[in-house]
This record gives sequence, C-alpha cells and structure tokens, in this order.
Amino acid sequence: MTITIAHYLTVSALMFVIGIFGIFLNRKSVIVILMSVELILLAVNINFVAFSAHLQDLVGQVFALFVLTVAAAEAAIGLAILVVFFRNRGSIAVEDVNMMKG
Amino acid sequence: MTAQELAQSLVIAAPELLIAIGAMALLMVGVFVRKESANAIVTSLTVALLVAALGWMVFFAPMGPAFGGAYVHDAFTFFMKMLVLIGSIVALVMSVGFAREEKFDRFEFPILIALSTLGMMLMVSADNLLSLYMALELQSLALYVIAAINRDSARSTEAGLKYFVLGALSSGMMLYGISLIYGFTGHIGFDEIAAAVTGGERSIGVLFGLVFLLTGLAFKISAVPFHMWTPDVYEGAPTPVTAFFAAAPKMAAMAMLVRVVMDAFQPVTADWQQIIVFISIASMVLGAFAAIGQRNIKRLMAYSSIGHMGYALVGLAAGTVAGVQGVMLYMAIYLAMTLGTFAFILAMRRKDEGNVEQISDLAGYASNNPLMAAILTALMFSLAGIPPLAGFWGKWYVFLAAVEAGLWPLAIIGVLSSVVGAYYYLRIVKIMWFDDAEGRFVAPAGELRLVMGASGVFVLAYIVFGGPIAAYAEAAARTFF
Repeated sequence: MTITIAHYLTVSALMFVIGIFGIFLNRKSVIVILMSVELILLAVNINFVAFSAHLQDLVGQVFALFVLTVAAAEAAIGLAILVVFFRNRGSIAVEDVNMMKG
Repeated sequence: MTAQELAQSLVIAAPELLIAIGAMALLMVGVFVRKESANAIVTSLTVALLVAALGWMVFFAPMGPAFGGAYVHDAFTFFMKMLVLIGSIVALVMSVGFAREEKFDRFEFPILIALSTLGMMLMVSADNLLSLYMALELQSLALYVIAAINRDSARSTEAGLKYFVLGALSSGMMLYGISLIYGFTGHIGFDEIAAAVTGGERSIGVLFGLVFLLTGLAFKISAVPFHMWTPDVYEGAPTPVTAFFAAAPKMAAMAMLVRVVMDAFQPVTADWQQIIVFISIASMVLGAFAAIGQRNIKRLMAYSSIGHMGYALVGLAAGTVAGVQGVMLYMAIYLAMTLGTFAFILAMRRKDEGNVEQISDLAGYASNNPLMAAILTALMFSLAGIPPLAGFWGKWYVFLAAVEAGLWPLAIIGVLSSVVGAYYYLRIVKIMWFDDAEGRFVAPAGELRLVMGASGVFVLAYIVFGGPIAAYAEAAARTFF
C-alpha cells in the first residue's frame, strides 16, 4: 500500500480532534490543556508538511517552521501564567479556575 | 527580492519598524533607570513612541504592497491603524493615574502594550496567511501576559489563564483552517487565494478551511459563540488593561476579518455571508440579553462590546462598499465611546475603598458631579444608539448597508436587539440621576477628564464633523472592489 496525502490528512485530523477533546473533556489539570494545544499545533504541522510535499511547494514547510517557533513561545507563556496562577491559588486543577463565573 | 525592493518595503513599513526597535530599546531603559520611577519613565516614553509612529504614518509613510506581498499599506489599513494607535495611546495614558494609586508599577506593562500594538498594526496590514498568523500571535502572546499583569491578584491571573487557554485553542483552530486553505488552493497570499476560488469554484476543503479560519477570527473579536472568555477577562484584568482590551485589539481583529473575507474570499461571498450573518445575530441578541443581569460595570461593558461587535458585523455581512464603510465607521465610533466609558470607570474611586466596580456605586453621582454625569449620560445614550449621537450614526450606516444588500431580517433583528440593549444603558443613567447618593468619588485625574471630555465632544458633535470621516471611509472601502 502506498501512503498518499489522504493518509496524512486523516492522521492529522485525528490528532486535531484528540487535541480539541483533550481541552474540553479534561477535568483534571491545566497542564493537560497545554499538552492538547501542542497536539493541535502538531496536527497542523503534519498538514502543512504533507501539503507541501504533495504540492511540490516549499511555502508549507516554511510555515511549519514558523508554527514550531510560535508553539514554543506559546508554551513558555502558558507555563509562566500557570506558575503565577499556582502561586495565588495553590492548585492547577481545572475546577479551581472558577473565581469568576462566565 | 532586490535591494531596491527591500529598501522600498522598509520605507513603507517604517512605523512598525519604529515601534519594534523602540520597544526593545525601552526594555533596556526600564532595566537601567531607578526602580521606583521606571514605570513612569517607560510609560511616557512609550506614549511618545506610539505618537511618533502615528505621526510618521500620517505624514510620511507611502502606501503600497511590501515584502513580496506579505504586507500592504493602503487607505483601509491607514484608517484602521490610526484607530489601533489611538486606542493604545489613550489606554496607556489612562493607566498612568491607576499605576500611581494602585501600585500597578511594572515597567513591562507599557512595553507589552507597545509590542501588542505592533502585532495589531501588522494584523491590519497582513496580506498573506503567514504574516497574518505571525502578527496575530505577536498580539495574542503580549495580550495573555497583559491580562495576567497583576500577578499577585488571583483574579488577574485567572483572567490571564482563561484568556490563554481559549486563545491558544482558537489560534489552533484558525491555523488548522489556514493549513487546509493552503493545501486546497496551493497559495497563502490573499490575492492568489482569491484567484484560485474565482467564479465561486471551491473544493469542500477550502470551505472547511474558511470555517475554521472564521472561527478563530470570531474568537478574537469576541463574537458569539466564541465570546465565553470576554466577561471573565474584562472583570478579572486590572481596569486599564480592560480599557485597552475593549479598544485596540477589537479594531485590529475586525480589520483583519474584513480583509480576509473581502480580499481573499470575495469570490465565494455566499459561503461566508451566512456564517457572518449567524454570528452577527447571535452576538447582537446575546449582548442585549446577557448584559441585563450584570452588576459589575466591567462585565456589563464586556457584554456591551459583544453586542457592538454583532452590530459591526451586520455591515460586513452586507459585503458591499457601503457595508465595509459601515464597519469602519462603526469601529471608529465604538472606539470613542468605549474609551470615554472606561475613562469614567477608572474615575470611579472612593477615598478609602480605592477603585469600585459595581453599577450600584454610581447611585446619585449626578448630585455630586453633574458635568461628569452629563458626559456619561451622553455616552450611554450614544452606546444605546439614540439620535443624534454618534452611536446612532454607526448603527444607521451598518443597517442601511444591510437593507440595501437585501438582508432585511438581519437589520430588523439588529434594531430590535438595540432596543433591548437600551434598557441597561438607560438603567445606568437612571441610577446616576435618580437614586440616592451613597458616597462621593474622588475628583478624577486630569488625563481621565481629558479623555472623557474628548469622547463626549466626539459623540455629541459627530453629526457636525462626521461627513468627512464617512467620505474617507467610503474611499477606503473602495480599495476592496
């Protein structure tokens, strides 16, 4: 069996859905949410690289490199906010993020 | 790209370069001056930097595409960037008194404002999906930190955390949409994408990508059903931060939304129009009804801003020159009204309690300070859309565009929900003028009085000088057609 673009897209769509579900169904820790966000960004990167190879066009790979960089910055800022939150509340459980009801 | 093209690009993007380099220089200034005065010095220098960038853009920056089609500066971006810069400068000026009184004295705050302003200007000017994404992330990452800037406050950090999680989710969804659009059209430039979908021929993949992209953009303008973060972030963040959030980022995100749908996806108007119509109706209705029960004035303004984004989207849904013109005017008028209102919220200080945020604290304000109460009354009438104030004209332009485009139901729902929305604006007026006074506020600082006065004059006198603004907005809207 040859691996075509459709296979890559299926894998990335599955990863994307797992990431979304990880954010919404998770009731335990905010860290799991950060991991889910990373999963979403990785799914996007698979998409970009697969399309780039399929289209014989370098733009997709350049885009993937930028996404990697932004993902690193985003994780750093997310963890920093999580640290100050933990200092104030002494917990990082999702159900403790509840001072304001929205 | 030849050296000459590069030089030309750098000249076109000079205001952004000025802010980028200036913000980094100011970081060094903040480190090397004395700690007690760092916030005051860096804030005034940042205001000077942003004013210089605004002046440069108005008087020197030439218009045209730059950086091989990644960036564009035209009449539309000029108008929206001016709004972004005015919003940032005024929000920063309003933070000065608060910083002094509330020990809110981190010099990083003005620098983060400058960096997010840079991101917003690039968002407005982005002309392909890569520069759009990078600009959006520059803005968002700075805003996450700004929301949590008061790091000893549980509410501020919780606001930052909520904003971060939902913001990261929406960027991820938007990025997934971008990857699909890239894959199914083979391009990331807006003009090339428009060429690839010409004549309404688009594959289902592009449609999926468009939906994901609009999801992310709707989150950034806090349109229903992606508005959940707004009330919590507005309430939890320190008030100058809330004022900033309500002003500048909304301008940039709306400009970006307009450019994406009017530039890249104009050939498939029917596809995005129904989505915009839906989120517009949902935002107007939720903004009108959910605000009724609010007691905290910052939460009330959050729902009010959700509703106002819905009204602005009415113009975009029309998808015509008049519609885009309506969006631009609506955003300009909304900016003036929201900055004035937040100047007022910042002025709600009692001698012993500090800043108060409950609507009931306004009771009897008119007997203590009739002039300020009169200005706030004018702002509330304007937010409710009562003629002849500025807010009425904003609504008039967008509803007129919708009616001309045949979107009768949208205009009717908009008018009805603005009637419902008038209730909670008028309630504030009633509490101020007719309830018994509870206590006095301290006299507002000079800069707050200036902002309130300026925005009061704007909403009262818009009917006199609104003509040239509308004419400029119409000329700018024509750049898309």
